[in-house]
Amino acid sequence: MPARTLFDKVWDAHVVHQVAGGGPALLYVDLHLVHEVTSPQAFEGLRLAGRRVRRPDLTLATVDHNVPTGDRSLPIADLVSRRQVELLLENARDYGIELYDLASPAQGIVHVIGPELGATQPGMTIVCGDSHTSTHGAFGALAFGIGTSDVEHVLATQTVLFQKPKTLEARFHGLPGRGVGAKDLILALIGQIGTAGATGHVIEYTGPAIRALSMEGRMTICNMSIEAGARAGMIAPDETTFAYLMGRLKAPAGRAWTAAVDRWSLLVSDPDARYDRRVDINVGGIAPQVTWGTSPGMVTGIDGAVPEPASFTSPAEQEAARRALAYMGLEPGRPLEGTPVQRVFIGSCTNARIDDLREAARVVRGRRVAAGVRAMVVPGSMAVKAQAEREGLDLVFREAGFEWRNAGCSMCLGMNPDILAGGERCASTSNRNFEGRQGKGGRTHLLSPAMAAAAAVTGCLTDVRKLEPAGEAILVG
Amino acid sequence: MTPFTTHTGIVAALPRVNVDTDQIIPKQFLKRVERTGFGPALFHDWRYRADGSPDPAFELNQPRAAGASVLIAGPNFGCGSSREHAPWALGEYGFRAILSESFADIFYANCCQNGLLPVRLTPAEMTELFQRHAAAPGPYHLTVDLERCEVRDDAGFRASFNMDAYRRASLLEGLDEIGLTLQLEPEIAAYERRRAALAARYAS
Repeated sequence: MPARTLFDKVWDAHVVHQVAGGGPALLYVDLHLVHEVTSPQAFEGLRLAGRRVRRPDLTLATVDHNVPTGDRSLPIADLVSRRQVELLLENARDYGIELYDLASPAQGIVHVIGPELGATQPGMTIVCGDSHTSTHGAFGALAFGIGTSDVEHVLATQTVLFQKPKTLEARFHGLPGRGVGAKDLILALIGQIGTAGATGHVIEYTGPAIRALSMEGRMTICNMSIEAGARAGMIAPDETTFAYLMGRLKAPAGRAWTAAVDRWSLLVSDPDARYDRRVDINVGGIAPQVTWGTSPGMVTGIDGAVPEPASFTSPAEQEAARRALAYMGLEPGRPLEGTPVQRVFIGSCTNARIDDLREAARVVRGRRVAAGVRAMVVPGSMAVKAQAEREGLDLVFREAGFEWRNAGCSMCLGMNPDILAGGERCASTSNRNFEGRQGKGGRTHLLSPAMAAAAAVTGCLTDVRKLEPAGEAILVG
Repeated sequence: MTPFTTHTGIVAALPRVNVDTDQIIPKQFLKRVERTGFGPALFHDWRYRADGSPDPAFELNQPRAAGASVLIAGPNFGCGSSREHAPWALGEYGFRAILSESFADIFYANCCQNGLLPVRLTPAEMTELFQRHAAAPGPYHLTVDLERCEVRDDAGFRASFNMDAYRRASLLEGLDEIGLTLQLEPEIAAYERRRAALAARYAS
C-alpha cells in the first residue's frame, strides 16, 4: 500500500461508496453530535418524509448555543430560545437519542463534552451542524461541520456525502516562548495563510510545539482550523491523547482499551506520505497574539501596532482593513497594547476547558478586575465548572471580580442574553471577531485565556509576559 | 430541491472580501425552527439602520439592485459559521446564483443543497463582471447556465465554470439526496456489518 497520511487512513476506513467520475464519497459517520440551533429543520424534514433516525446509538445531543448561563432553576426567559431547546428535547425523546439537557451535570458546549465523555476517539469520523466540529480532530478523528440538510442526511442514513479534500501539513518548528500558547500558535497560522488559506483542505498539525501541547491546547488549535478555511484539522494521537481518554465514560475499557490503543497508535502519517501542501511556522518568533480587525486573519503580536490599510496589497483588502478599523474604532499606527477594554469573556469551544481556566487563573490570582471592566468566565461544560470548583479556581475568579457562570456558548456568538452593547470593546478567548458577532456594534479582540486575564486585571490589552505573577512563571498550555 | 438549469436575472454587486455567514444572517434570527422566514433578515445589520429603515448606502438597497437574483461577491464568500440559514435567507430574498472567485467550503455545500448555485470564476473574470456592473447605466443582467456551465451577458461577456458532475446533476434535476443515498442501503448495511465485526474483534 502506498504511504498514506493520517487523513488518508481515516478517510479510507470510512468510504461506503465512491461516486464515479471524481464525485464525492459516501462516508460512514461514527459519531453525530446534535445541538438545538441547526437541528430542528432536519428533524422536521425527517418527519415529513416519514424517515427514521438510522443510528440513534451513534448520535448524541446537547443544548448549548442559546441557553442562559445564569440561574438554571428558572425557565428560559426568551420564549423563542426556550421553544428551540424544548424542541430538541422532544426530538431526542421521539427518536431515542441520548441528550445532555440543562439539568445534566454533563451538559456543555458540544465540542467540549464530546471529548470529555470519551465519545470522541481517534480514527473516528465525527460530524455536527456546527463549523467548530473541527475541534475533535485533536484526537486524530476526521471531524467537520455540516449544514442542516446534511444533518438530516446523517440522521437518515448515518452517512454523509463529502468531496475528498486536499491535505495541508502545518508544521510548527521550535517551541513557544513564555506566555505563548496554543491560541497564539493558531492565530499566528491564520495570520500567515489567511482565512481562506486552507479552503478545500484538511490541515494536519505537526511539529514539536504541537506534540508538547495538552489535549486542551490541541483542541484549541483544531477548533480554529475553520478560521483558516479548512473544514477539518487533525493531530495524530499519542500518549497524551491516550492518557486523556483513559477511564472516560464512553472510552473503551479493559482489554478493549488495550486493543484500541494498539489500533490508534497506527493513526500517524507514514514517514514518506505526501501532503498536497505544506506551511512552515516558526514558533520561536511568535509573540502573544491579538486580533485588531473583524476577521481572525487580521491579527498581530501584542507588541505590534494597528496596521496601515495602505500596507495591504489588493484594493479589496485595503478597503476591508479600512472598514475593519472604522468598525473597531482603532487608528492605524497606534500600538495595540494599552487599548482600553470594557468587557472580558473567557469561554467558548475554543478556550473554556480546564487547562484554559487554569491558565487564566494563574494570571488573575492575587489581582482584581480593573475598574470599569465587566469580566466573565463561562466554563465549557458543567463538568469543567465542577472540576474548576474542586481546584478552587472559581474563588480565584470570583474574588478578583469575575462573574462565574454556567456552561454554554454564551458570548462567543451572543444567542443568549450574554452580549456586548454597541461600541463596547471585549478581550475574548472565542474564535470569531466578525462584525456584530458578540452583539451589534461590539468590538472583539481574540486572544488567549492568559491574555484575556491580563486584559481583565489591567483594563486594557496587555502583554501578559509583562505581568509576573508572584513566584511563578506564566506557563501556557 | 428546486432544480437549477438556466437563470437570467438582475445582478447585485457586493465587492467585499470575506463576507461571513454572521453578516448574511445574524445570530438573533437563528432561533426559528422553520426553514423559512429568513429573507427579510438577510444582511440585517448592514441592510437596515438603527431605526429599522433601509440603509441607502448598502449595496443591495441601491435602486439598480432592486429585484436582483444574481449576486456577484468578493472572495471567500460565506466564511465562518456553518449555518444553512445563510443560503435559506439568500434564496428567500430572491437570489438564484452567487458568483465569486472563492467560497467557504461549508457554505458552498449548503448552497448546492438548496438550489442556490454557487459559481466559481477566476479573479480576472470577477473583476470584469464588477466593472461591467459598475459601468451599466441601469440594471445589469447576467445569464447563469448550468447546462452549459457558462455565465454570459448580452454584451459579449462569456465565461465557463467547473462544477463536479454529481453536484451538477443533482442541481439540474433537483434530486433528493437522501432518497438517492437510501438506494445505497445494501452498501451501508454491508459497511455496518464489517464495522460491527471489527468492534466485536477488538472487544474480545
